[in-house]
Amino acid sequence: MSETKLQPLAELQQLENADYRPGKIFVATLKRELQLALRRRSDLVNPLIFFLMVATLFPLGVSPEPTILATLAPGVVWVAALLSTLLAMDSMFRSDYEDGSLEQILLSPQPLFVVVLGKVLAHWMMTGLPLTLMAPLIAVMLFLPAEGMSGLMLSLLIGTPTLSLVGAIGAALTVGLRKGGVLISLLVLPLYIPVLIFGTAAVEAAVTSLPLAGHLALLGALLALGVALAPIAIAAALRISVSG
Amino acid sequence: MPRWFYQLASPRWCYQITGKLLPGFSIAALFLIVGGTIWGLAFAPPDYQQGNSFRIIYLHVPTAYMAQSIYITMAIAGAIGLIWKMKVADMVAKCCAPIGASLAILALATGAIWGKPTWGSWWVWDARLTSMLILLFLYFGIMALNSAIESESTAAQSTAILALVGLVNIPIIQYSVDWWNTLHQPSTFKITEKPAMPPEMWIPLLILVIGFYCFFAVTLMMRLRNEILRRERRTSWVRELLMQQRG
Repeated sequence: MSETKLQPLAELQQLENADYRPGKIFVATLKRELQLALRRRSDLVNPLIFFLMVATLFPLGVSPEPTILATLAPGVVWVAALLSTLLAMDSMFRSDYEDGSLEQILLSPQPLFVVVLGKVLAHWMMTGLPLTLMAPLIAVMLFLPAEGMSGLMLSLLIGTPTLSLVGAIGAALTVGLRKGGVLISLLVLPLYIPVLIFGTAAVEAAVTSLPLAGHLALLGALLALGVALAPIAIAAALRISVSG
Repeated sequence: MPRWFYQLASPRWCYQITGKLLPGFSIAALFLIVGGTIWGLAFAPPDYQQGNSFRIIYLHVPTAYMAQSIYITMAIAGAIGLIWKMKVADMVAKCCAPIGASLAILALATGAIWGKPTWGSWWVWDARLTSMLILLFLYFGIMALNSAIESESTAAQSTAILALVGLVNIPIIQYSVDWWNTLHQPSTFKITEKPAMPPEMWIPLLILVIGFYCFFAVTLMMRLRNEILRRERRTSWVRELLMQQRG
């Protein structure tokens, strides 16, 4: 297991001897992460099943009435997506930390910012993107009007990367701890609130056929801020967690 | 960097200086809070709309201010600790969190008590209430992280990063919550937006705000002194101090 896991890392090591090329490092990290993720299929599927299950609880717990569910749908889909991203967050740096490859990454002369960004992007491709693709299924189950579908997909597409970026800060801060899972939720959930607010607002605007470009622009602004700043915090948090 | 800034880095010096400052701040806090409370509760004129129930503002507003300023203090102290590796700054940041959290709880509780007579319900998803609740959650997260990490320096650095991330987020949260609220329920519940208060109403409020700042300084210094003694318990100066006190 550990041998197969370190194989893609070897490619990263080789690059260290080459010139300083952040783009290459980014691609190499992305490749490695995706390769590792594809080898552990159950980790890929679990958040999706969780997403489906949480969404199923609402008709059972609140009411199966289509009108009630339709009003709840934007919020429920968004909250479920948020919770499933959170569920997958703990594993982001954990296995790398446990087998020591995280230390190797930290020691490499390549910019940590870029490596972290690659890891987050891979994480999003394995959680946020499938969640976005699966969202229409849940939206139909919750009787979200068909007009809202575009808003839901677009807002999830722009919003979930921010969730991965912010969640990675929590994951990096708790990677050295044995029980990180619940703690990550405590740290990260308050920070998720703006994304949730703008995301559901976009869906509601789409349902009532109001213009949703403004909401999406705000989500995009949050994403831009996240891409620019979150990797700095993640990199600093990783250095602290590993050295401590 | 001025000399006093470096001196602050020494726990011993910090212990001594806070010991000198503590009595002054305690007296100021006591007089300002007692004086302001008596003025506000007994002598300020009743509000023309809310009658006497508005008087809780004299407790609500200072606590709400404090909850926010303490967060900023904590984040700045955390940043100083992170950048200059100052132990004292780490300790200040650590001591700030429980004080800020308790004042946030107090602000929420007084807000709820105020809400009952004015809005007719204990809790309203008003933008200000909600952002105060989220601030409380941020405090909880920071305290949880700090207690989860065993190594004290790692805990201080990690919480400093979290506090800074939260600091960047607070304006975004505040703005998004404001925006969310106006989207859902446009101006149903609003206290008459900071009415142009007569001076006899806002002067006691100002006195109480200053009094609460002094109170924060007092509690912070007391906690900080305990924390310094606890962490420096193996150093010679703390032992000497204890020997002196024992007599």
